[in-house]
Amino acid sequence: MSLANALKKAGRFLLAGLPTTAKKTYLALILIFMYAPIIILIVFSFNASKSRANWGGFTLSWYVELAKDPTILKALYNTLTIAALSSAIAVVIGTTAAVGIDAMRGFMKKAALAITNIPVINPDIVTGVSLMVLFIYVLKFIPGLKLGYFTLLLSHVAFNTSYVILSVMPRLRRMDPNLYEAALDLGASPAQGFLKVILPEIAPGVFTGAMLAFTMSLDDFVVSFFTTGSGVSNLSILIYSMARRGVNPKINALSAIMFMAVLILLYLVNLSDSSKAKKAREMGIRNS
Amino acid sequence: MLQRVTFTSHKINFGICTERILKLILGTQEQQTQLRNSFARNACERKDAFSLAITQKGGACRIALRESVCLRGKMKKISSRFCVLIVSCLLLLATGCSAGGAKENLELNVYNWGEYIDLSILDTFSEETGITVNYDTYANNEDMYAKLKSGGSSYDIAIPSDYMIERMIREDMLLPLNLENIPNFKNIDQRFKSLDYDPGSAYSIPYMWGTLGILYNTAMVTDPVDSWNILWDEKYSGQIFMYDSLRDSIGVALKKNGYSLNTKNLDELEIAKQDLIKQMPLVRAYVGDTVRDSMIGNEGAMALVYSGDASYCIGENPDLAYTVPKEGSNIWFDAAVIPKGATNIQAAEKFLDFLCRPDICLKNVEYIEYSTVNSETFKMVSEEMRNDPAFWPTDEIYDRCEVFVDLAELSNAYVEAWTEILATD
Amino acid sequence: MAGKDSVLARKRMAIPFLAWAFIFIVVPIALVVYYSLCIEVDGVMVFSLANYARAFEPIYLKVLWRSVRLALASTAACIIVGYPVAYIMASKEYAQKNLLLFLFLVPMWMNFLLRTYSWLTILENNGLINTFLAFIGLPKMSLLYNSQAVILGMVYNFLPFMILPIHTSLSKMDKSLIEAAEDLGADSRQVFLRLVLPLSMPGVISGITMVFLPAVTTFIISDLLGGAQFMLIGNLIEQQFLKVSNWNFGAAVSVILMILIIASVGIFSIVDKDSDEGALF
Repeated sequence: MSLANALKKAGRFLLAGLPTTAKKTYLALILIFMYAPIIILIVFSFNASKSRANWGGFTLSWYVELAKDPTILKALYNTLTIAALSSAIAVVIGTTAAVGIDAMRGFMKKAALAITNIPVINPDIVTGVSLMVLFIYVLKFIPGLKLGYFTLLLSHVAFNTSYVILSVMPRLRRMDPNLYEAALDLGASPAQGFLKVILPEIAPGVFTGAMLAFTMSLDDFVVSFFTTGSGVSNLSILIYSMARRGVNPKINALSAIMFMAVLILLYLVNLSDSSKAKKAREMGIRNS
Repeated sequence: MLQRVTFTSHKINFGICTERILKLILGTQEQQTQLRNSFARNACERKDAFSLAITQKGGACRIALRESVCLRGKMKKISSRFCVLIVSCLLLLATGCSAGGAKENLELNVYNWGEYIDLSILDTFSEETGITVNYDTYANNEDMYAKLKSGGSSYDIAIPSDYMIERMIREDMLLPLNLENIPNFKNIDQRFKSLDYDPGSAYSIPYMWGTLGILYNTAMVTDPVDSWNILWDEKYSGQIFMYDSLRDSIGVALKKNGYSLNTKNLDELEIAKQDLIKQMPLVRAYVGDTVRDSMIGNEGAMALVYSGDASYCIGENPDLAYTVPKEGSNIWFDAAVIPKGATNIQAAEKFLDFLCRPDICLKNVEYIEYSTVNSETFKMVSEEMRNDPAFWPTDEIYDRCEVFVDLAELSNAYVEAWTEILATD
Repeated sequence: MAGKDSVLARKRMAIPFLAWAFIFIVVPIALVVYYSLCIEVDGVMVFSLANYARAFEPIYLKVLWRSVRLALASTAACIIVGYPVAYIMASKEYAQKNLLLFLFLVPMWMNFLLRTYSWLTILENNGLINTFLAFIGLPKMSLLYNSQAVILGMVYNFLPFMILPIHTSLSKMDKSLIEAAEDLGADSRQVFLRLVLPLSMPGVISGITMVFLPAVTTFIISDLLGGAQFMLIGNLIEQQFLKVSNWNFGAAVSVILMILIIASVGIFSIVDKDSDEGALF
């Protein structure tokens, strides 16, 4: 059997029997499941009534009020910067840690993995309260420092790192362990070996980890609530605290804007990627 | 000997390589060294070359080729995007910090329930006094208590409820007020001064108040609603919303039996618990804030709600009505306090005084729609609001109601009773 | 020996994390364990096992069992729903469309509470589904405030955490193995069961971790969609920490939960013969 044939066959192995339409339908159904609630919350951002149960007519006034509300905008800013910074830091710490843990064996590895899992296992409330106690204790020795943005960031990194490690580990396990050693044999330094051999191999896992970390950080309420200080709130703290009196539709308006921004961004990235892919394919045809 | 050769990449031209690879595996020592070196150069020096890793394991030989050109390119793209993101975030952060650090002495940290103030009055306060207000919010008394108790953050103003104020006084978490610095305190209705949770109004200035009662849908409930017993009526099975709060739900069961809702008698508590377990099959759900939308949307016939929420719901759905049952109920207060650890007490007192000003209080009442504690403000609200029994209960109703008292050492018994109720299948 | 050196070099990379983990994971956990082993007598912490004794009372065991049951059900549902998604996404026609994967994550960027409120709008007696059923002449169904609603809420909220790791391990799977299997006469069903599935197990296990663990400890989903009639271990811990301020008992419950999970994960790794020692996830 020729190599080219084998490769073609390998490419086709996945769901060879299933028709494309079935796959498409399934994906579409799941996407509807994921997006139906989002659409509803966006629809309610145009509802003149404050209540979810009443349609009071179409309005844009929540958007206007949103622009005038410095509290929400400040919280949005905190949320986004914390999510971006904490996931970036968590990716660096988590990826290197995963590589290190993967090289361990026996008890060390078990212990390291168990520690990694603790922030995932622990109820948020336990993580939040214990971190708060820790921060307050440590901050006693550092005059002038209080709970606030920095402690919020640290606590987000603390739980995000675990999610990064959990995403990278499967990728590492599937990687040929000899690749890295071979690179070292061939004269690469450990740093080069990591950057040029391991990292490209585990890149999808790192990327997934970064995305998960970002997502977890955006949506965290309990840990944030306990580890932040006066004057620093994020969106989820703001939204949960509205619960007693009803969430203001301004928040729906904000969510709608965020959602559209993400979709547009995705579309643009997709556009540039597919045009590049097209170019690459044309190049390939010309070369062969 | 060579049993199987596996290629993991198909993007490179195998023709050239295979010969060299075979030489590497089968060739002489010298040939192998030579080739290894050339591969090493490829791997580490020439940036556009692929790295080739070869290891020999047992009898089989596994060759892994990794075309790093394309992957490295991808990584670069991702990482450069990421760098831009991080740098811009850091810049934003830096500007945010420098903007925030300016007027440190003129700051007031206020901690309040979410959506529990007309935010525009904060601007008014800043304009009049030059004090910047840092405004944070919490979802319930217990969250706020945990934050303040920890001592990690300092707030100059907080607005807890009655029983929580009592507890905080007992635990020495509040600063006594100097009422001379709060002249507008005179506007507070005489009835709301010096209540049981804070004798002599030494620590707290009332903010809002209300009752706990039954909100019912007149289109679904034909019987007269005047007693807590109707919440145990099997006719309305599956149409009753209870409140997911142990004090309120147990309090209702106690009141139904004619006991105090602050009872310290464990037998009375046991009876209330059994009553609530009996009621469980009739209850559609124990809900929190979602009760408002559920009642507005005709999801249930009856619900346990606070008066302020009732006013709002009736405004959205005219079929709804609110009543405080004849056995009596809970009457609650939220009041502003200065927690220990406050750094700006002068500003805090100014703020408390500001909150008691009739015009400011009116703005808050109109935004929040809860009952006001301010007798001057009461004169200013609309006729319609004044006649709303949910907004302003009659004296007769008022006298039948009790304020929650902090349970102190008995709170565990209440919590266990509530846990047992909810853990029942 | 180059091999040993390289392993050592790689192990060293874990040092920053281990230092970090010591401060931000081990120390806080030590605090939690400390609290769990104490009771407060007249404002002084005294060593006691009373919290643990109390946690084994039948009422709390019932709550624990119910949480585990619901979390297992929703994890299973996540695998059943999520595996095919990851599988399709890893197939050839979607392999180039990594951005599609994003679409499964973006909903998670909207606030959790708002999304759960939306589910109320969908599932209520007068909600979207029932309005639709009434429109086509079918009887209304009670969809809210039962255990199914809680499971639905969990699946909705945790599904991406199942899809992503499975996809990560399925994508760029060593396709030569499949080719080899086919050469040896395996049909596509065998290829899937004997090859693809075992090879994607690390991803599945990662997914189980990321779904099951938060599902056990969630409390807002059961409050909102279950109508608080399904008290879960998360509700209990939250109640003890906040409503009662009994950190000691709350800490004891969470320590027991942690031990249970770590132990069951350990058993899982013994059962999972394919994995090398210690490769729990």
